[in-house]
Amino acid sequence: MGSRYSFDNPDPHNAFITICREAEYGEGPLSGIPVAVKDNISTAGIETTCGSNILKGYIPPYDAHVITHLRSAGAAIVGKTNMDEFGMGTTTESSAFGPTLNPADPTRAPGGSSGGSAAAVASGMVQMALGTDTGGSIRCPASFCGIVGLKPTYGRVSRYGLIAYANSMEQIGPLAGNVRDCALLYSVIAGYDPRDGTSLDLPAPAPLKAEIAGKRIGVPAEFFGEGVDPAVAKTVQSGIDRLEGLGAEIISCSMPSMQYALAAYYVTSMSEASSNLGRYDGVRYGTAPDFVRSWHDAYSHIRKSGFGEEVRRRILLGSFALSAGYQGKYYAKAQAARQMVRNDFARLFETVDMLAGPTMPCVALPLGETSDPLSMYLADILTVPANLAGVPAISVPCGTAHNLPVGLQLIGKHRSEDEILSAALAFEEGSV
Amino acid sequence: MTVIIGLEIHCQLNTKTKLFCGCSTDYRDDGPNTHVCPICLGLPGTLPVTNKQAVLYALKVAKALHCKVPAFSEFARKNYFYPDLPKAFQITQYDKPLALGGYIDNEAENGGEKRVELTRIHMEEDPGRLVHKGSGDRGRYTLVDYNRSGVPLIEIVTEPQLSSPKEARRFLNKLRATLEYLGIYDSEREGSLRVDANISIKGYERVEVKNITSYKGVEKALTFEITRQKGMIRRNAQIVRETRHYQEARGVTTSARSKEMEHDYRYFPEPDLAPLEVSSWVDEIPLPELPDARRDRFVQQYGISQNHARTLTGDLKLAEFFEEIASDMPEIAAPWTADILLGELNYRDMPVTKVPVPHYGALLLEVKKGSVTDTSAVEILRLILNQVMEGQQPEMPGEIIARLGLSKEKGDSIVDTVASVLRENEAAVADHRAGKAGAINFLVGQVMKATRGRADPKEIAKIIADLLKE
Ligand SMILES: [Zn+2]
Repeated sequence: MGSRYSFDNPDPHNAFITICREAEYGEGPLSGIPVAVKDNISTAGIETTCGSNILKGYIPPYDAHVITHLRSAGAAIVGKTNMDEFGMGTTTESSAFGPTLNPADPTRAPGGSSGGSAAAVASGMVQMALGTDTGGSIRCPASFCGIVGLKPTYGRVSRYGLIAYANSMEQIGPLAGNVRDCALLYSVIAGYDPRDGTSLDLPAPAPLKAEIAGKRIGVPAEFFGEGVDPAVAKTVQSGIDRLEGLGAEIISCSMPSMQYALAAYYVTSMSEASSNLGRYDGVRYGTAPDFVRSWHDAYSHIRKSGFGEEVRRRILLGSFALSAGYQGKYYAKAQAARQMVRNDFARLFETVDMLAGPTMPCVALPLGETSDPLSMYLADILTVPANLAGVPAISVPCGTAHNLPVGLQLIGKHRSEDEILSAALAFEEGSV
Repeated sequence: MTVIIGLEIHCQLNTKTKLFCGCSTDYRDDGPNTHVCPICLGLPGTLPVTNKQAVLYALKVAKALHCKVPAFSEFARKNYFYPDLPKAFQITQYDKPLALGGYIDNEAENGGEKRVELTRIHMEEDPGRLVHKGSGDRGRYTLVDYNRSGVPLIEIVTEPQLSSPKEARRFLNKLRATLEYLGIYDSEREGSLRVDANISIKGYERVEVKNITSYKGVEKALTFEITRQKGMIRRNAQIVRETRHYQEARGVTTSARSKEMEHDYRYFPEPDLAPLEVSSWVDEIPLPELPDARRDRFVQQYGISQNHARTLTGDLKLAEFFEEIASDMPEIAAPWTADILLGELNYRDMPVTKVPVPHYGALLLEVKKGSVTDTSAVEILRLILNQVMEGQQPEMPGEIIARLGLSKEKGDSIVDTVASVLRENEAAVADHRAGKAGAINFLVGQVMKATRGRADPKEIAKIIADLLKE
């Protein structure tokens, strides 16, 4: 106990919101390893902002479950990473702390919303990092920065201490430079937590071994559909060919519910967010309002000035989707569509072991290019199905397009993290 | 004009810990914000975990009130902003409540029974509490105490089947007794039972009266509101569908500003909690003897009247008290406890648990032996209750009888007194002889006065009759 890790590297990509220059660490499987943590995960004694002005100065009095695990595994928590405000974005540009630059090309965004964690790993500042994935927020920046990122099964990692954006879909997961580190961090954070009512009580993750021969891998035609950059599609297709070369059986299939997935995802996530973000009123924590006004005026003022544009947009849209007279048209329909996505996965997983395709339909975008929210939402098309169904998915580097990193996504059955990690390891080692 | 009343009763469950966190619910004597944690303060990142005991308590109520428990129910979020609500939503139940239907057999106007049906019972968390301070335009401010935040509640909703404030009060008494018998509710905790009422005159719009924080206030609030509505109808004024607040101190209802009440709560299923599948638990939940069963047993076992039995079982503590003292002399204990003791307690606002059992038992024994008159016994009871109220060690009835000389005067010792009263009241004697009704009562009263209540009126009347015959 009580060893100190000095972390005084420069941060040229603005990966961090808070840096802990002297990080304590202990004994364990992560002893002395610097780990970065996305700034929506509560850390006792370390400011936790969610990339938002409204939480500036908020120092949680408690550790998230995953932080307790990190500490007892001996990790040195070296800082809190930049993110889209409250996780609402695909570029990390909506942070109140400025954009993060992509280490693969500093004129481009790293993806989001866990862009800070991905950049911290990709730039070599840390060996591994925690991110969170509500609609692709781990896999997208992993793909854009050329690293590995895993979204676990819903319930596999406790959400206790994760500041909620969309409770029914989000999971904490690891980002790392390679599959082994990713699996190591995953094995530390996975496990049952009685404080999370949606937590699953499952055996510990199995030891990692490269394994892909004989696996049946489905490739839905929709994963290569409209909107996917042909250069990206080509790189991913050659990655899938390599999977076949390693002994996997590639099976063409179809996932018709994909056409509803984005709408279902955005209606559900905005609805939940509109409720989750109601608590930021300045009364108990964060920036204090001017209480000379009536409480009603004070709340309006703090919420108007404390939240950024994208967050306000999603709160308004979510409130609308839940409101009387519209709930049946939006929220209820989204839940029905979500069930169709679950059903599609269940049907496909009767005949295949996992699905493969591109993680993102494009490569990292130039900074400042995504001013149109709708086109940004469309980029999530390939990642949101796994969140809607709660199944695990991993993004692993599979080459480049336009000289920028491209990620291969493997989506597994519920609770099959071991299987997709093994396949990803085989793919990674086979690529060397 | 037919009155239609439906009630929504919020009852705090007396679990050890709150509904979704481990904080203690017993904050009565503690300072503000001392029974709080990140969960009930709604700090970012916290998650609720359902208290199984609270679910069991709620199911116990559902079983006792004959409700149906569906296989599947769920918690939902009710979203609104208010400073006492730290998450800006209340976790409650919406379209899939814990229990449906059910009924309570209530005492009817004619002394019989009237069945009042229930719509549903659901679970929810209590918000915090606001404390308003200061005065003047600039000096006023409000403090928030989150000790209450997250205390488990059940809401019991009745069908609109009550027809008078009295009936509503009797219904609430019966419900309260049942909840107490079930051991899931602490009647002595302030605000542990709160009532909203829907009131209408048949053929007119319905008005919701909120904020009736004591169940004793219900009859007053309903009476006021019905009088108000009837008055409006007589004046041909229009009754609007609205929410009104009950102002306990003034005993009136006032219109809630409509803007404040125009909420769209945007209910949706609570994503952090798995659905409740608890219908199979119901069979295992043991029910204690409930008020109706105890009433019937009292009639059977002690041979007392239905009315006395109903009164005595209408409050758990009273029923327990009665059983402690009843065994030897139920025929005396029942009227004394139900008619006299209860009146004296209500007058003093004193709980029955404070009545010293040995003293009260000894007093009833004196009554049974006939060593004191009823008048003296009431005097002794009042003395004992007053001594308890003042924090003194109460005297035993025997000591009081000796100290005040309250022994019943009997036979020869009062013949002399009667004789002298008759001598001093010749006019009344003459009236009596002339057959004037009432004269005998006057004479008995005079003797009672002369003996300071220590003589038995029946015996006095007999002696008067004997003496006048001679
Ligand atoms: Zn608490």
